[in-house]
Amino acid sequence: MGKKTFLYEQHRQAGAKIIDFHGWDMPLHYGSQLNEHHQVRRDAGVFDISHMTVIDLTGQRVREFLRYLLANDIARLTTPGKALYSCMLNEQGGILDDLIVYYQNDNQFRLVVNAATRDKDLSWINQQAEPFAVQVKERDDLAMLAIQGPQAREKLKPGLPANLQPTVMALAPFYAAWNNDEVFVGRTGYTGEDGFEVILPEQLAVTLWEALLAAGVKPIGLGARDTLRLEAGMNLYGADMDENYTPLESGLAWTVAWSPTDRDFIGRHALEEQREQGELRVMVGLILRNQGVLRAQQTVQVEGGGTGYITSGTFSPTLGISIGLARLPAGIYEKVMVVIRNKSLFAQIVKPPFVRRGKACIELN
Amino acid sequence: MSEELPDDLKYTKTHEWVRVEEDGTVTIGITDHAQETLGDLVFVELPTLGQLVAVEEPCGLVESVKAAADIFSPISGEIIACNNKLINEPELINSSPYEEGWLFKLKPDGDSQLIDLLTAEEYTEVLETEG
Repeated sequence: MGKKTFLYEQHRQAGAKIIDFHGWDMPLHYGSQLNEHHQVRRDAGVFDISHMTVIDLTGQRVREFLRYLLANDIARLTTPGKALYSCMLNEQGGILDDLIVYYQNDNQFRLVVNAATRDKDLSWINQQAEPFAVQVKERDDLAMLAIQGPQAREKLKPGLPANLQPTVMALAPFYAAWNNDEVFVGRTGYTGEDGFEVILPEQLAVTLWEALLAAGVKPIGLGARDTLRLEAGMNLYGADMDENYTPLESGLAWTVAWSPTDRDFIGRHALEEQREQGELRVMVGLILRNQGVLRAQQTVQVEGGGTGYITSGTFSPTLGISIGLARLPAGIYEKVMVVIRNKSLFAQIVKPPFVRRGKACIELN
Repeated sequence: MSEELPDDLKYTKTHEWVRVEEDGTVTIGITDHAQETLGDLVFVELPTLGQLVAVEEPCGLVESVKAAADIFSPISGEIIACNNKLINEPELINSSPYEEGWLFKLKPDGDSQLIDLLTAEEYTEVLETEG
């Protein structure tokens, strides 16, 4: 028996197939992963993501602390409510986790980190926060729902507290709004669709869940969450990145803020050395023309004899072919060979994302 | 166990089902339990016509969104038909595992092998052991 989110009974009632996910009893799907995937691309779906870890950081030096803790620079956050995606690195530049940070006020920021890395993250953040006298508070009293899809905005509206509705409906992407530290809504997500992530107390989460289902929003499990995020070209922690690789080798160089050059952040020195040495491994998108499915850990052969591997692979329900992300030796490639069950098949290199806002981003001919 | 398990079929530990037709040929597919476990199927690789297969030899492949599974031939013989409809509609295996979602037919090279296959009751025990 694993940990259960506040919405466990709601999942049971919705007919969920429950699996163990990093110690949590979570819904894999509610009947058909494919139908759930299409539901999010075409209409709207709701995901229970309460297993993710919400951490509130407070203190007078919290800005200074986060500029040291994160590879991206929160100095970019000048308007309350603005969010930023960043990696959190160790001294060697390896990725401890990827996260979203929301700026609430100069003394308060909210982080959302992964479920599988909870203990490691909390221990690391606490350790690093001490010299800055920043208070680190895990909010395991709160639930978190993601509402994603082209109809997410309209269908979420009636479920929100009346005094928050106008602000949320006017939110720009990657901004958040909240009321009295009770209901917190970010226009963020992980599917490549418009959508919102709502952090709120247990009872309100149950009420919102039921209101959304009544409005025709369908519950979506972890299975479709994974195919949606891979189509959106987003990295998954533990698959496409981990402590053994830096953001520069994980397709995440864009999240590293090099300037100002005098900002010292954890891992900076290691990243600078790696950048100077060059010959960095590359992360690429792959599509398979032949029939078959790319899966994590399959070997990829590149011209010249080098090998890499698939970090994430799946069948893309939107495109009807298999897609994947792969980490390859330094170089520029157009085609590679993937070894699938002892057969070598051609795969074409593409630039992720594969799908955004319901539309294919790559030419399928 | 909510899954369907027809009494008139034979089964294998690797979750194939076998139906003996009136003309002595056999039809093979995967069980309701197998399709349920795999989830939405997206790709099927079938044997070729005329191919000779041996008992428990991998001769096909089904892939769902989340996993791939080999198909093992329950008995030895010659492949005489493949359900090519599955190439474009693998989801037929999910919706109709014992009828429209059959995989291939073969002509056995002897009939004694059928004795070694599991009855519905014996297959139920296998499923219970797997938990």
